[in-house]
Amino acid sequence: MKAKEYRCASAARTGLLFLKGVPGVAFGDRVSIRDRHGRKRNGQVILSSRELVMVQVLEGTDDLNLDDTWVRFLDEPFELPLSPDLLGRVFNGIGEPRDERPPIISRLRRNVNGEPVNPVARAYPREFIQTGISAIDGLNSLVRGQKLPIFSGSGLPHNRLVAQIVRQSRLLGEESRFVVVFAAMGLSYADARFFREDFENNGVLGNVAMFINLADDPPIERLILPRTALTAAEYLAFDLDLHVLVILTDMTYYAEALREVATAKGDVPTRKGYPGYLYSDMAEIYERAGRVHKRHGSITMVPVVSMPSDDITHPIPDLTGYITEGQIVLSRELNNQHLYPPVNIPPSLSRLMKDGIGKDDTREDHPRVASQLYAAYAKALEVRNLASIIGRDELPDLDQRYLDFADRFEQRFLAQGPDEDRSVIQTLNIAWELLSLLPGEVLSRVSEADLARYHHWEGGK
Amino acid sequence: MNRGTVTQINGPLVQAHLPGVANGEQVRVGEMQLTGEVIGLEGEFALIQVYESTQMLRPGEEVTPLGYPLSAELGPGLLGGIFDGVQRPLRAIMEQAGEHIPRGLELPALDREQRWEFTPADQLRAGQEIHGGMVLGQVQETEAVQHRILVPPDVKGELLELAGAGNYRLEETIARVRTPLKGIRELSLLQRWPVRRPRPYTRRDDGIAPLLTGQRILDTFFPLLKGGKGAIPGPFGAGKTMLQQQIARWTNADIVIYVGCGERGNELVDILESFPELTDPYSGRSLMERTLLVANTSNMPVVAREASIYLGVTLAEYYRDQGHDVVMLADSTSRWAEALREVAGRLGQMPVEEGYPAYLASRLAAFYERAGRVDTLGGGNGSVTLIGAVSPPGGDFSEPVTNHTKDIIQTFWALSKSLADARHYPSVSWTESFSDAVDAAARWWSEQISPDWLARRTQALDLLARAEELSRIINLVGVEALSPGQRWSVETATLVREALLQQSALDEVDSYCSPQKQFALLDLVMGLYQQGRELIARHVPVSALLELPALARLRRAKNSYGNEQLDAMIQLKEDIRTQLDKLAQEYAEDSP
Repeated sequence: MKAKEYRCASAARTGLLFLKGVPGVAFGDRVSIRDRHGRKRNGQVILSSRELVMVQVLEGTDDLNLDDTWVRFLDEPFELPLSPDLLGRVFNGIGEPRDERPPIISRLRRNVNGEPVNPVARAYPREFIQTGISAIDGLNSLVRGQKLPIFSGSGLPHNRLVAQIVRQSRLLGEESRFVVVFAAMGLSYADARFFREDFENNGVLGNVAMFINLADDPPIERLILPRTALTAAEYLAFDLDLHVLVILTDMTYYAEALREVATAKGDVPTRKGYPGYLYSDMAEIYERAGRVHKRHGSITMVPVVSMPSDDITHPIPDLTGYITEGQIVLSRELNNQHLYPPVNIPPSLSRLMKDGIGKDDTREDHPRVASQLYAAYAKALEVRNLASIIGRDELPDLDQRYLDFADRFEQRFLAQGPDEDRSVIQTLNIAWELLSLLPGEVLSRVSEADLARYHHWEGGK
Repeated sequence: MNRGTVTQINGPLVQAHLPGVANGEQVRVGEMQLTGEVIGLEGEFALIQVYESTQMLRPGEEVTPLGYPLSAELGPGLLGGIFDGVQRPLRAIMEQAGEHIPRGLELPALDREQRWEFTPADQLRAGQEIHGGMVLGQVQETEAVQHRILVPPDVKGELLELAGAGNYRLEETIARVRTPLKGIRELSLLQRWPVRRPRPYTRRDDGIAPLLTGQRILDTFFPLLKGGKGAIPGPFGAGKTMLQQQIARWTNADIVIYVGCGERGNELVDILESFPELTDPYSGRSLMERTLLVANTSNMPVVAREASIYLGVTLAEYYRDQGHDVVMLADSTSRWAEALREVAGRLGQMPVEEGYPAYLASRLAAFYERAGRVDTLGGGNGSVTLIGAVSPPGGDFSEPVTNHTKDIIQTFWALSKSLADARHYPSVSWTESFSDAVDAAARWWSEQISPDWLARRTQALDLLARAEELSRIINLVGVEALSPGQRWSVETATLVREALLQQSALDEVDSYCSPQKQFALLDLVMGLYQQGRELIARHVPVSALLELPALARLRRAKNSYGNEQLDAMIQLKEDIRTQLDKLAQEYAEDSP
């Protein structure tokens, strides 16, 4: 079958090619298409019956005609050749070079869809990663093998934050840094260049495998790109024992491509026109992060999800939040105050934090300090709301202290430079400096011992 | 057996030419021997949902019907185990195939080689008439749980032979029965039951005892009965999973079945790694001995996710029939509903609300109806309590799954995003949650703990409601506008939130709160509230009350005093009274 080339297209529209009279084609088969100019396109079988075969064309169906379109079924799924040479290279969504260097040659090839990890084989992530960013390390700690997305919005500095995480992330007490798999879907040319230069300037380019689909590249390719990138990440982590940091940006463009194809296929639309399987489909990607028993390496994932019109209840961030282990939410309001990184603390969360911090990992008081900072800042924001209505002077003394706490928390704890690398101990010390603005009686989340050791209450002076 | 051929593949849905097959029948598909289930018939064509990925399957490959519906294997060896949505044993799969789940691998759910020590029931004799549900004997499945071997529900007749005490493999015959219609049946430790059919019982009873979870907001404020149905809806990050795990840890049920349905793999790992280390507060044994996991995580095939809920509840009913109280937790029923929606969509069924098929409500209702406290066929009592997490898109409780679930269940534990954002855990909202089981629970609390329970609970909820109203006034005109009585209500409502409602799962002392301690704390706070009101009526200023040293102790009482330190809490109650009396005296002397 592989050798035969068919000319049997019966319809071509919105990225889908319909073929008649080719029985026995495998579901998911990789397809090679030759158009009337002799140019090659890639496709995948997404429905196969005795009468009809439906092919999703990664480069789209523009400029195809039915008579001069030739199709070959390759009798194999999409596979990525794997070798240590992946690092330092730039590829497209199906793993072909984009850097004018020769393709990777290897006998080891794997299906980009992977196979689901047996939950029994997973190891629970619990090793603290120091990112050097207080808002993350102190309050939403990242651990090795976690998937922690950044919920952002247009014009917010998620790229800068991601680049800072890539530069600064390390394990306490270990020298080895992360290798990076960078998967870009629908990235603008300028953003792509920003990352490339940032990696280059920091000398990490040789430790990065980039899979790039730019904003003007065919959108359907975005559906396979994260799968290809994660196949590379799995190889680096579980075959080569490396610690891999996977950046997926931007999952919103991925989901939009999925919607485009779903609509063309006639799938039943659910919220905002996204197909009902958006959750399962994104889970197939996100769940490939993690650790596996008896393997040294790990996959830590930081996807970027831009929230359409800053709406966290939009299906893409919403479903992402249900799958990932927390989220770092960026705030337009803080960004407008020129505060970097503008992390919106109340809705941000790291679910795996509890097992990665404390006595043996960071510092004994860390879990309680984090909980106390959260509670105090939540209370302070309430007071700030109240102050905006009735005026600061009308507030009781304690409430005024909370206002000071909120301001200092944002200026001193949240704000830091894009190159400022704080140790987690520094972060915790700043936290206590701030908690010392409040009297010990209201700090019920920390222990008496913590108060005695770290709290320096001077009557709020 | 008549075989058929694949005619179309559309994701997990396969069409095959397969005349004579029945709806619900299991089939093997293709060279890879994928497992599937017939879900629709059209003339000679069958629609099959396949539990595994159909990648590289081709039209023309063979399909073999197996002649039976999706059934659970029931017998000793289930507890402590972890199975996927169609009961494949995940540990055995890992031993055989490594860290990934390969396709077409067929392993029995229960180990056929292991021997179990069987003790026959004393009173049974050859020649006796036996019927479904009767106890043939028992096996000590784990140190904590006795597994009763039952006559299968559909067997009735004369007992010809019952094996003596000894070690048997699952498939060895332990009894022979002459049945009027089907001749001689050989019974073993292993039986099967189709998962989509509820197991029979004699009679349904009303719930009489609360299911205790050790969580104050649940047990004290929104109780659920053994045999009841509860739901935990909440947006992401509100703590659904944490709360479900807390229930699985601390509930006073005999058996806990945890179904991870379309959720994160790491959450199941968390249970697998932590439960063996934790001790059941009731039996003193490892928690894993009474726990069983069904895991179909979000990246595993979607169709098996649909089946996982039914598998879980069938296992629950099986232990119920042995006379146990069973809790099944399903995290999350929304993912189950989405699996239903996905298949319905591929079948081209007309979507009604948000793409869900019209039968969503009836399927949900039928599932929750499998909860209940029953008289078993064997003459005992057992119960299945169902608790389903719901993951409403965008946290919108008006969406179809939450909405329909709300109509069916008795206890609704609504999680609130704003409480979670303020790190108030468990983030169960006291305004949106409800329980239909308060009256029945009150009888139990009144008999077992204190006759004042119901009154105290009502006072606390009233106080919270009043404080909520007052906080609106504060937001308009500031706290100074309140009368001293109102101010006191606001302050003690905060105390109720901090000292009672908030409970840290991570705090060793507070993670589990016994009913006695729950009531002691409730009584302390509400007692203080009432006494304080009396003092305020006698012109004692609120600020003086707020400065009482006992107040700070009360705020930390939940973490300071363990479940066994009730004396210390009685002492605290005395101290509060003494301090208040002193205060009353001071002000009585001051006033002319």
